[in-house]
Amino acid sequence: MKKVFRIMRFDPERDSKPRYVEYEVDVNEEMTVLDVLHEIKANMDGSLSFRRSCRSAICGSCAMNIAGKNRLACNTQVVELKKDLITIRPLNGFRIIKDLVVDFDSFFRKLEKVIPYIINKTPPPEKERLQSPEDFKKIEQFTMCILCGSCTSSCPSLWFNSEYLGPSAFVKAYRFYADSRDEGKAERLEAVSDESTGVWRCHVVFNCFSACPKSIDTTYAINQLKKAAIKGGKK
Amino acid sequence: MVEHDVIIVGAGLAGLRAAVELADTVDVAVITKVYPTRSHSGAAQGGIAAVLKNADPEDSLESHMFDTVKGSDYLGDQDAIEILINEAPENIYELEHMGCPFSRFPDGKLAQRPFGGHSKPRAVFAADITGHAILHTLYEQCVKKKVRFYSEFYMISIFVRDGVMRGLMAYDLKTGRIEVFNTKAVLFATGGYGRAFKITSNAHANTGDGLSVVLKAGLEIEDMEFVQFHPTGLYKHGILLSEACRGEGAYLLNDLGERFMQRYALKMMELAPRDVVSRSIQQEIDEGRGIGKKDYVHLDLRHLGAERILERLPQVYEIARDYLGVDATKEPVPIQPTAHYSMGGIPTDIYGRVIFGVDKQVIKGFYAAGECACVSVHGANRLGTNSLLEAVVFGRRSARTIKEDLSKLKREPIPKEDIEKEKKFVDSLFDGESKENVAKIKAELQETMTKKCGVFRTESELKEALEKIRELQKRFKQVRIRDKGTVFNTDFVDVLEVSHLLDFSEVIVLGALERKESRGAHYRKDYPKRDDANWLKHTLARRVDGEIKLYYKPVVITKFQPMERKY
Repeated sequence: MKKVFRIMRFDPERDSKPRYVEYEVDVNEEMTVLDVLHEIKANMDGSLSFRRSCRSAICGSCAMNIAGKNRLACNTQVVELKKDLITIRPLNGFRIIKDLVVDFDSFFRKLEKVIPYIINKTPPPEKERLQSPEDFKKIEQFTMCILCGSCTSSCPSLWFNSEYLGPSAFVKAYRFYADSRDEGKAERLEAVSDESTGVWRCHVVFNCFSACPKSIDTTYAINQLKKAAIKGGKK
Repeated sequence: MVEHDVIIVGAGLAGLRAAVELADTVDVAVITKVYPTRSHSGAAQGGIAAVLKNADPEDSLESHMFDTVKGSDYLGDQDAIEILINEAPENIYELEHMGCPFSRFPDGKLAQRPFGGHSKPRAVFAADITGHAILHTLYEQCVKKKVRFYSEFYMISIFVRDGVMRGLMAYDLKTGRIEVFNTKAVLFATGGYGRAFKITSNAHANTGDGLSVVLKAGLEIEDMEFVQFHPTGLYKHGILLSEACRGEGAYLLNDLGERFMQRYALKMMELAPRDVVSRSIQQEIDEGRGIGKKDYVHLDLRHLGAERILERLPQVYEIARDYLGVDATKEPVPIQPTAHYSMGGIPTDIYGRVIFGVDKQVIKGFYAAGECACVSVHGANRLGTNSLLEAVVFGRRSARTIKEDLSKLKREPIPKEDIEKEKKFVDSLFDGESKENVAKIKAELQETMTKKCGVFRTESELKEALEKIRELQKRFKQVRIRDKGTVFNTDFVDVLEVSHLLDFSEVIVLGALERKESRGAHYRKDYPKRDDANWLKHTLARRVDGEIKLYYKPVVITKFQPMERKY
């Protein structure tokens, strides 16, 4: 069946602003949006640029805005979009480098700000640090984050304040905050509770939760950090 | 010209583990074609092996070593395997201390589960996202240690002269600039070559760049014909469905509903090593017992129960649902063998130094670790959970070697003409209109490799494959980069990647054609027996006057003499 893909294009060496180009592609039932992008690049326009790698929803490269929602191109089935005209845009709130490729440097810099590693003040034992299955469960879903940026890009707070750390960084912060082995709770709360860039800029609109391709309860993580920050006298 | 003492190429498990080891005391930088957390180590699902005795106090280093040697069909170098196994426990504990979120037993210790070819349950795991969990943990440690990353830099070539590594050239996608890096030491951690095949579990990025670049620099690659086909790739897609499914107890069923593994490996059944299980599946399909007589069989998880599936195999559940619309708690999942792992690679010694020739000369300042390297711990067939282990153990080891060697290494100059030559090569790819479609060449190559150099091989099919590859190599000369821009030119990267695929695929096929025996993952229908008298040796390939020449070097055998391999 034929479908039209309306793709936002931007060539920094030629365009002053992004433009849309439409491509008609004959798709079958098994094609993902990533397959379509490959088809366009292979046979219609070799200059179309997008990121992709694992094509199994674990590397986080191919997050983009597809039919109005942030999704991974690799695990989005075209037929399930139930549309004949499908608009594909780069992630909102990030600087466009070229076509569907956006600048992730600031995203990773923000991640670095939440102290995204375990803090231990006691020397490690000879073998593993013990952790109960129940305690592991508390962090498990938050360790599944693939840093695709879908959540952060969907957050209105980011659109108005590019310095806002965003849900992805908070999920990472919470993953350590809630880890029974971590001994850096105070520093981490400090790192996420800045008045203009921290958790207080989250207004609980659930866009991040709705955008997460791994179904991580991002809003829960942010709320837990807020509660802890209040208890810790950070507000 | 950018200068660093050490450049690591690749930011998967091996590269990041090495970076963590070096960052405190050495001027080190990591060049990577994707952001570090996008590396394909993150797609590893099932586990990482180590004798911790958390599940079975009877487990032993000797048993892990024997399983690995036997799994390798006796082609693994036993000195390297012994190191891998002995250093495994401390490496796993180290990862845990770095905060890696591993699954736990009720007593709080690291959980361990059974895996194919292992006689004891020794796979440490994080549900079925083990690679992801370790990759992110190592990245976090790199952030902590402020490792310098050159993300989205694509390596174009290396500069080796007079047996000394001098540096490399890379394309910075974001700025569009070509940068030359001058270094004392380069560590390759560039990953595997599964993308030469149509049905593969590998990422689009796994185009074996490191292997081809090494070949182009006049160095060698080893045992390329040994390509692991994972038994359970998602039907048509090839996406990995972890061996942990079978580790947790899943069945393989044919069209008659039989657990057909009873015909091939009565003792270990579905948990026989991957080469054995993949051949069994392929034979069922070839003999008309695929589901509906088609080219797939079923992986049946239903009896494990929804709770266990969702707890232990959440990603497998998601993949089956999202890509095939199959609910694995209620229906069996269609699967077929998929090109998965590259046993072959850049020859190194047990310290991670790149070596050359049958007499193992060391290339000064050049190191390799992980899937791109061939040390060789996997021989002719790798056991599941030993690859993450290799990446971590040999990533750390090679970094320690570099630390020791560094005082003896100088930053040797890169001759201007060498740089000019590479730049000219790049310019030539942009020069003019393309008369061939690079995507089409790639697709034809992948189709050929899967069909004619797959689970079962024959002389006539391999010869056809070779002919086809040479035709494609000729056609590739007509390929030009269509995107003439400089910034984020993925067409440029695609073209270089396909040139790599064409280069080393020829070596895979030549090695397979020459090796007239069946060993591990290399199965010749016309030579179905292992032949230790003639073929207990590693293949080395090198380009001499434009042609690939093969040489052979002996296998290192210490504790275990070759025996018949039965499961």
